[in-house]
Amino acid sequence: MHIAEGFLPPAHAIGWTIAAAPFVVHGARAVVKEVRENPESTLLLGAAGAFTFVLSAIKLPSITGSSSHPTGTGLGAVLFRPPVMALLGTVVLLFQALLLAHGGLTTLGANAFSMAVVGPWAGYAVYRLVRRSGGGLLPGVFAAMAVADLATYVTTALQLAWAHPDAASGFAGAAAKFLSVFAFTQVPLAIGEGLLGVLLFRVLVVNARPELERLGVLRRTPEPDQAPVPEPTPGGER
Amino acid sequence: MRRHLVTALLVLAVIALFATPLLLDGGSEYAGTDSQATELIEDSDAGYEPWFESVFSPGSSEIESGLFAMQAALGGGVLGYVLGRLKGRRTAERQRQTAKRQRRTAERQRRTAEEAATPPAAP
Repeated sequence: MHIAEGFLPPAHAIGWTIAAAPFVVHGARAVVKEVRENPESTLLLGAAGAFTFVLSAIKLPSITGSSSHPTGTGLGAVLFRPPVMALLGTVVLLFQALLLAHGGLTTLGANAFSMAVVGPWAGYAVYRLVRRSGGGLLPGVFAAMAVADLATYVTTALQLAWAHPDAASGFAGAAAKFLSVFAFTQVPLAIGEGLLGVLLFRVLVVNARPELERLGVLRRTPEPDQAPVPEPTPGGER
Repeated sequence: MRRHLVTALLVLAVIALFATPLLLDGGSEYAGTDSQATELIEDSDAGYEPWFESVFSPGSSEIESGLFAMQAALGGGVLGYVLGRLKGRRTAERQRQTAKRQRRTAERQRRTAEEAATPPAAP
């Protein structure tokens, strides 16, 4: 989903940068607020950033005969809500633009918009939908990770189609072409990413239960052997 | 036991998902979709000239894959550190609880022993 350096015309490059900037600034403030108010969140924030860091470094083969990389932004979106990922995702993109010639500075805005804004929000929306319709945590996580991944690549395809419309068939024709490059290849990767997310959450549910309860991912259940003596405060339990 | 089985099956599913295309290899080169998109632009929008160059490009594919490996290692390292700390914290918590329970049991036993030793006061 990295649009290569220089491959968006200046107007698009500037436009996407302006579009992504408020999300990234808001995300930076969300991260600072989270760390200041809940210092114990730092560990899981690190995990969310690290997950995106690993996954976006690994290019995986797909049945379509091409290869691509997952994004890993759904995890942080589920844990800390999407704004946090706007910053963490952009940091990853900046790292790759500066050190790996992957993506670029002129396309950073567009890439951040797809991977750090649209992906996490789409994944989070689906996660909420699954949870609200009675789905469990793990199905919700699977859906969030897979959709965050796919939505990112669909966004990239549309961004490219907008910047480089087909001479004959215009935007629609170009969108079909770019989607055929990105979207189908991404389906198995999205499923794999969903499974990885489930694996990771199975570990977190056991080992990071207090954090998950505080973040509202798990409902608070007083464990019989953990709560010292559950004192029912009169009128406190509703 | 069942928990471990589910974990193993999940890991296997992930491996299978990415090993299958390689096993079914139809002579594909598995070009990256990012570079395919770039080629597509060069084909369909031939008049387009990239107007900005990367500030730094790894000199060779070896350097590039090394930098990618470094990125993955950094991420994997941090992730492993966090999971290790969380797991260690959980283990320590459990040990504290077990110790507490053992102390309580010992205390209860001591008390019953004391009560048995002192003869009940005559009414």
